[in-house]
Amino acid sequence: MGFLHYFCRKDNMMKTSIHFSLKFIIGLILLVGMFCVSMVFGAASTSLQDVWQSIFTGVKSDSINILRELRLPREVAAMLVGAALAVSGAIMQGITRNPLADPGLLGLTSGANAALAISLALIPGINYFGITIACFIGAAVGAVMVFGIGATKKGGFSPLRIVLAGAAVSAFLYAVADGVGIYFKISKDVSMWTAGGLIGTSWSQLQMITPFIAMGIVVALLLSRQLTILSLNEEVAVGLGQKTTQTKTILFIVVILLAGASVALVGNMAFVGLMVPHIVRSIVGTDYRLIIPMSVIAGAFLMLIADTIGRTINIPYETPVAAIIAIMGLPFFLVIVRKGGRIFQ
Amino acid sequence: MVRLYTDDLSIGYGEQLIVKDLSVQIPNQKITTIIGPNGCGKSTLLKAITRIISHQSGTVVLDGKNVSKENTKVLAKKMAILPQTPESASGLTVGELVSYGRFPYQTGFGRLSQKDYEVIDWAMKVTNTSTFKYLPVDSLSGGQRQRVWIAMALAQETEIIFLDEPTTYLDMAHQLEVLELLQRLNKEEKRTIVMVLHDLNQAARFADYIVALKDGQIVKAGPCEEVITKEVLRGVFNIDAEIGIDPRTNKPMCITYDLLKGE
Repeated sequence: MGFLHYFCRKDNMMKTSIHFSLKFIIGLILLVGMFCVSMVFGAASTSLQDVWQSIFTGVKSDSINILRELRLPREVAAMLVGAALAVSGAIMQGITRNPLADPGLLGLTSGANAALAISLALIPGINYFGITIACFIGAAVGAVMVFGIGATKKGGFSPLRIVLAGAAVSAFLYAVADGVGIYFKISKDVSMWTAGGLIGTSWSQLQMITPFIAMGIVVALLLSRQLTILSLNEEVAVGLGQKTTQTKTILFIVVILLAGASVALVGNMAFVGLMVPHIVRSIVGTDYRLIIPMSVIAGAFLMLIADTIGRTINIPYETPVAAIIAIMGLPFFLVIVRKGGRIFQ
Repeated sequence: MVRLYTDDLSIGYGEQLIVKDLSVQIPNQKITTIIGPNGCGKSTLLKAITRIISHQSGTVVLDGKNVSKENTKVLAKKMAILPQTPESASGLTVGELVSYGRFPYQTGFGRLSQKDYEVIDWAMKVTNTSTFKYLPVDSLSGGQRQRVWIAMALAQETEIIFLDEPTTYLDMAHQLEVLELLQRLNKEEKRTIVMVLHDLNQAARFADYIVALKDGQIVKAGPCEEVITKEVLRGVFNIDAEIGIDPRTNKPMCITYDLLKGE
């Protein structure tokens, strides 16, 4: 990967980055550890040896099949979605300089949701690719609505104003999704998609979604330097010779890809994009060249924890992972609001 | 010799023009100060010249080329801009922030070259910020922070530097510190400096050339002796000013003033 040289450079300008490689490696080790934990624990009891055999060998047995066909794709999906949401949250916070930015709070998730419901209603038997595309379109529409409302008044991009617009638009779009579900008598299908969380994630879904998320993350890494400058001050960015409109457009598309793909995979998942970048900032600082790669790891880690808790806290029943995340996320949200959105300072 | 000038420049949104048909020449290797009352379009003019905002009609010309058609990265090597009180540096260290001044010279992932490091070190040395290199910008005092931002602009290695009210929110001593730094850059490094200032006496003391604006138009542009006069200040600020000579610098200064009555 081209970005690896970040982790090994010895910049005398950035004292933090000397330790960054270490932090990144520790993060990776923790992630791998958490992955093993989440593979081992669950309704069906398995051992670490089963996990190893399910991934690296062709051995077949009941428990190994469960791992390979159910738990493995599910945990891979958890990591992908966690990474995607965390990176899209980090990008949104950087572009808008709004510490409360999160795809779930700013209308992207609910937009994708509504689009998903509408596409299920209008195109019976729509395939997974169609659903994915619908989610991208919906995420874009939701975001445009929120920022459109936010921009109607001068100085409208204040953190809380945008969040209020996001809440209003999200409520509206969720109502649209519900309404469509009820009218076309497909509520069950819709909620299976949107509230299903990680249950029933299949390899074929992953095959469809992974390229989008991977592409989004790579582009985000490529533009991370531009994002740091943009996050400082837009005028400074122009003065330094950045094509800000072009940069923001590309980053916006990346956010939509990541958020839309996440909804197509697991449905609603607020707070991941909000929480992770803040936690990451407290570890690696505010340079997006470090924030983005670290968000990938931390986002994946958080989702693995949440999903493992969801699967094990009330065996044999599943607790929705979105609920677990929300329970973790809400206090976090309140802390940021309490700080008056000044967490960047 | 003039490298930078505007020709019939109009800036504004829709029907409301903030700056109207403004033509001004920026003298090379001099300090130019733009003064005028609140809302007269000083900052707007500065932003339009530096292509931060677009203009409605007219042209800004730098080295014989239309600025709005020039490659923005090429421009970033010719002119640096320090906007009004940049918000927090969101946790970056001084060294990191200054290193972003090298942005226009970098490609791809932006590894810093030997040359980049030399320029960055030089910029911090000149602005007396080297000792803060590893400290977060946000932990510094207002005056120190302003010097760090100037260091970033210097790291851009441009011959022209624009500053929008570089002394705002600073106490008297720190204001002077910043202005003296700019003066030194002008004298020793031959940089062309263009800035918006609120304080008339500071403008008179540090500028070679003053542009006085009102309602988006030039009332008077010229050397300080021609601009800091009773008549010009009456027209620009609506004040009745008493002009004297600063005993230390021999520059004109406004000793006291009253609001003009009946207008």
